Amino acid sequence: MRRVVVTGLGMVTPLGCGVDITWQRLLEGRSGARRIEHFEVSDLPAKIACRIPRGDGSDGTYNPDQWMEPKEQRKVDEFIVYAMAAATQALDDAGWHPSTYEDQIASGVLIGSGIGGLQGISEATLLLQERGPRRISPFFIPGRLINLAGGYVSIQHGLKGPNHAVVTACSTGAHAIGDAARLVALGDADVMVAGGAESPINRLALAGFAACRALSTSYNDTPEKASRPYDRDRDGFVMGEGAGVVVVEELEHALARGARIYGEVIGYGMSGDAFHITAPSEDGDGAFRCMSAALKRANISASEIDYINAHGTSTMADEIELGAVQRLVGNAAATVSMSSTKSSIGHLLGAAGAVEAIFSLLAIRDGVAPATINLDNPAMETPIDLVPNAPRKRNIDVALSNSFGFGGTNASLVFRRYAS
Amino acid sequence: MSDIADRVKKIVAEHLGVEADKVTENASFIDDLGADSLDTVELVMAFEEAFNCEIPDDAAETILTVGDAIKFLEKNAA
Repeated sequence: MRRVVVTGLGMVTPLGCGVDITWQRLLEGRSGARRIEHFEVSDLPAKIACRIPRGDGSDGTYNPDQWMEPKEQRKVDEFIVYAMAAATQALDDAGWHPSTYEDQIASGVLIGSGIGGLQGISEATLLLQERGPRRISPFFIPGRLINLAGGYVSIQHGLKGPNHAVVTACSTGAHAIGDAARLVALGDADVMVAGGAESPINRLALAGFAACRALSTSYNDTPEKASRPYDRDRDGFVMGEGAGVVVVEELEHALARGARIYGEVIGYGMSGDAFHITAPSEDGDGAFRCMSAALKRANISASEIDYINAHGTSTMADEIELGAVQRLVGNAAATVSMSSTKSSIGHLLGAAGAVEAIFSLLAIRDGVAPATINLDNPAMETPIDLVPNAPRKRNIDVALSNSFGFGGTNASLVFRRYAS
Repeated sequence: MSDIADRVKKIVAEHLGVEADKVTENASFIDDLGADSLDTVELVMAFEEAFNCEIPDDAAETILTVGDAIKFLEKNAA
């Protein structure tokens, strides 16, 4: 199979609009969690979220008008605009703007979302009930569909290769990158724009996830403390929003045009828990098999892993993942650093795996493991370095990124520093 | 009369994201103002909403320019 490298990165996160600003603030240990102020939360148990900072585009703020015409924004849910922002950044970063027909048909898109246009669906439902079917916009359906994120990106950038989308809850972003890399490896495309986007900070989603008892509810007055993976006092995840998109590219294609290479996608593993719709299998078997499959594909041993970006949502499942990792790395546990960047940015659901894959690549580039903030009293003893509260400078050649989703759907990506 | 024309032009400019001075009575939604077929459906819905009237599908199909819309609404708007 052909070798696949990452040559472009883009993101919009609760820490800012852009890769550099997000990474800088992540390493500063900042939290993106705030009290929700743009809709009523008095009757919701979770009143906080990690929301993208909006503004005029300066100081790392997100200005949607920079990424999509206001006329088009009106037609779509926000996850599509986030995807456009992240994809445009990634393509600019990669310096890939296909203009010939041959380049366009060799370039595809694979962007997913966990839920898609929930806000628009809930608004249209009310409109239907109150005003009847004649008031439903012709843009209602195309503006909510998950694959329309990729659809818009392909139209904007002239990407005529494979056009695909992934929907695997919180594993979406990781599956998207893994599947896209596989399409490139198999020769279906030379370049793929891949990732995930999510815009779930609305009353309906918060009510739904709260009903699943998945959200943090004890830190409504100290939101920046709420996301605390592995900590004794954690009580659920903090809802986030945003998008992460990468450009994956066939190695020779990237070398021929002198592209900057962030790292090589060497492993991708998948598994199913076949256990419960929202809870991971208690023995961590699904996570273990997923990571094992990724290592097998990468043809490396577990002891070669330097950094793991954990799924680590700040729920009871943290222990299960940690147990699976300990089983995987065995005697090499003391040499691995593993952190959950959800402690800073919250849980971006379908975008999480893509954003966290980017963090893993930056960890390799800069030789630093970002911290797990708010890890004051570890709930579990482990020889693994959980990178509590401050980033760790260390050599990182191989990074693994985990994503596990509702439905028992698991994905692991393995990246390695590029070497010819 | 001019009130209806002004309101129609304002709605068209807003919905299609075009400069107000491009919205002349002769302007075709699709050929001159960059609309696609879905935009024209939504535009008709916006006219219905603003002028509190119903524009049947067979009438909507004949509304191709700004002037067509103004004429229809001058005749039919409440």
